[in-house]
Amino acid sequence: MQLSTLVIALLTAVLVWTLLIRRLSAKPWIQAGAIDAAHNAGPTTLPAAKIGLWIFLGVITSLFALFFTAYMMRMDPHHAAGVTWVPFDKPAFLWVNTLLLILGSLSMQWARTGESQGRINTLKTGLTASGFCIIGFLVGQIVAWNQVREAEFFALTNPAVGFFYLLTAVHGLHILGGLWVWAGATLRIWRADKVISASLTVELCTVYWHYLLLVWLILFGLLLST
Amino acid sequence: MAYVAIADQEHELHDPHSFVTKYIWSQDHKVIAIQYSVTAIVMGLFGMGLSMLMRLQLAYPDTFSFITPNAYYQHVTMHGMIMVIYLLTALFLGGFGNYLIPLMCGARDMVFPFMNMLSYWMYLLSVFLLMTSYFVPGGPTGAGWTLYPPQSILPGTPGFDWGIIMMLASLAVFIIAFTMGGLNYITTVLQARCRGMTLMRMPLSVWGIFVATIVGLLAFPALFVSAVMVGLDRLVGTSFFMPAILSAGQNLDYQGGSPLLFQHLFWFFGHPEVYIVALPVFGIVSDLLSCHARKNIFGYRMMVWAIVAIAALSFVVWAHHMFVSGMNPYFGFFFATTTLIIAIPTAIKVYNWVLTLWRGNIRYTVPMLFAIGFIFTFTNGGLTGLFLGNVTVDLPLSDTYFVVAHFHMVMGVSPVLVLFGAVYHWFPKITGKMFNENLARWHFWLTLLGTYAVYLPMHYIGILGVPRRYYATLGASFIPDSVQTVNVNITIAALTVAAAQSLFFINVIWSLMKGKPAGSNPWNATTLEWQTPDTPPKHGNWGPKLPEVYRWAYDYSVPGHSQDFIPQNEPPSSHSATASEHGRH
Repeated sequence: MQLSTLVIALLTAVLVWTLLIRRLSAKPWIQAGAIDAAHNAGPTTLPAAKIGLWIFLGVITSLFALFFTAYMMRMDPHHAAGVTWVPFDKPAFLWVNTLLLILGSLSMQWARTGESQGRINTLKTGLTASGFCIIGFLVGQIVAWNQVREAEFFALTNPAVGFFYLLTAVHGLHILGGLWVWAGATLRIWRADKVISASLTVELCTVYWHYLLLVWLILFGLLLST
Repeated sequence: MAYVAIADQEHELHDPHSFVTKYIWSQDHKVIAIQYSVTAIVMGLFGMGLSMLMRLQLAYPDTFSFITPNAYYQHVTMHGMIMVIYLLTALFLGGFGNYLIPLMCGARDMVFPFMNMLSYWMYLLSVFLLMTSYFVPGGPTGAGWTLYPPQSILPGTPGFDWGIIMMLASLAVFIIAFTMGGLNYITTVLQARCRGMTLMRMPLSVWGIFVATIVGLLAFPALFVSAVMVGLDRLVGTSFFMPAILSAGQNLDYQGGSPLLFQHLFWFFGHPEVYIVALPVFGIVSDLLSCHARKNIFGYRMMVWAIVAIAALSFVVWAHHMFVSGMNPYFGFFFATTTLIIAIPTAIKVYNWVLTLWRGNIRYTVPMLFAIGFIFTFTNGGLTGLFLGNVTVDLPLSDTYFVVAHFHMVMGVSPVLVLFGAVYHWFPKITGKMFNENLARWHFWLTLLGTYAVYLPMHYIGILGVPRRYYATLGASFIPDSVQTVNVNITIAALTVAAAQSLFFINVIWSLMKGKPAGSNPWNATTLEWQTPDTPPKHGNWGPKLPEVYRWAYDYSVPGHSQDFIPQNEPPSSHSATASEHGRH
């Protein structure tokens, strides 16, 4: 709980600082009249989808922070009624999956660079490769699930096992959501055959992939260390 | 990217062509707002009906054979959950948020209209899932709206097998719906305000809804996490929250889970939820008071800061709901302190509302009556919150009717008063018709006095120690017989209040059919939604050209100006006096 409070406090602080403080010192009652230069440009220059994604990442951060907090609190013998947390060996296959996810993120970044430089082939290749790496990651997660199932016989009353399934599943679902957007973008780019109007989608996909990689690295670290 | 007004952007506004796209699968924020509101109000009526059944049982025990103990607990649970989530959250954010944000910010629609539509239909799905629990074996869950495990998923609790699953599924879907809506509200406020509408020129209604949405987006995941984990404990036998436990003489498979962990997660959502409901209320009531007192809101900037401060503080008080669950005394001290600190920004708001009224040109219109009723009720309920925020006072009062009285005053009656005030205030804009003034006044007085008759006595029974959530307390030696008399009185008052709500619905239906045309700005209000070219506003809201804003939302009774209000979009050249020239620094 402390962790999630900290994360949320931090998020709020950043939000308040960057978005609000400068503007919140305005005195609207004595500034009636002309629209001053600062507001000629409209409320913000960022596209809506980009703002939407960043807010969504805030929501997911809150979600995962709470899951991680629950994980650590459940481990804490002061909270649990008797020690029932039995650590188990995490499948080594998870390292392969991690590598795939990193490759996915890298090739997405490569695609984005290609897009910004107008190189359509780099964009196509990077985007496609990235998606297949991510799909590979998901398949790999299922393999890892099966390995845990064979080793642990679905011993779900052990919260270490329960949390393993739960957290990887939640992460996997978020990946699936990203793949949906990726599939749409990839189809469009292959059909259009030139670098058109894809810059925003590619950028958002890249941010999302990097973000989910970060979440996975934290999650993987948490799983390995406990 | 240079700023391009939404009207001038490349993509077309999704103009509706058929009845279905116009009224059912609509992407227009105004239609979605009405869909949200109607659904939420229907749920609210259902929740009110449940509370009447509870009151009947408490006043006349052993009289109604259909109110069994199990049914009573189901009524308690469903009443609580429906009112908090499916009525108040959905109505203030989904209903008012959808209607007011684009209109008050000068936008044509939400920035993601399709997602906005999806949000409503997901909400409706969550409502269906919830109501389905009446048709599953065992009926809906009777675990109390807090759904604490282990009791919520063990035999003996009504609906432990199916009802709880439906409830959890419904909540998860609701949270997804809320997230889709919430992304829209925040992004629209940040991105789609019209030219000149700076953050500090936004009406407080938008501020309240905006900040409440941020709170909701950060807090609802906690409910999601706890719902998923209880669901897994129940369905596949994990032991996240379930300790080793005996049930009907049998050792269950659970071991070592932590029920306290659930309480932390639940209340990490549960307390901010209070402010998810309260912040839009604070904002809306500020606008009602200012408009109907013909006076600028007192301390606008302080009001904004107070909203932000309350939102931030609402994340560090959750464990005051758990004083009796047991915790480290230092934690108790911490949470009691933070709880009392919240009183400071809240009190600032109350003072500012009162000071807005001071020397105002107060018009006792129906929305104004409700707004003033809110100030009294909210202060009452807020003060008892100070009692309960102290650990030593909370312990004896915990789980008594004092708590029931407190939270019904502060987050039941208060928001509902503003809800009605707001509906009466914006009804002329939404429908183009004026409501019946007399009926509305009767509705107000019966509701206000009736709810006081219901909840004031509950404080006294609470201090006597009468526990809440009990089906019957007959025979308990510490409860004097007079409590039964009080209970009968409360029930009569409650039935009267419930019946009085029919005045509202009669009024709405009558006014829709026979109400006088309202005109575009019957209250002479300054905010943008009253300046639309059409009433009710058409699709796209603003005709060919977006409005431009030159001033804040509270230029009422500006000296030297012929009218007692200046709309936000009125350019400075059209009148000689600006506020600064008259020294309102």
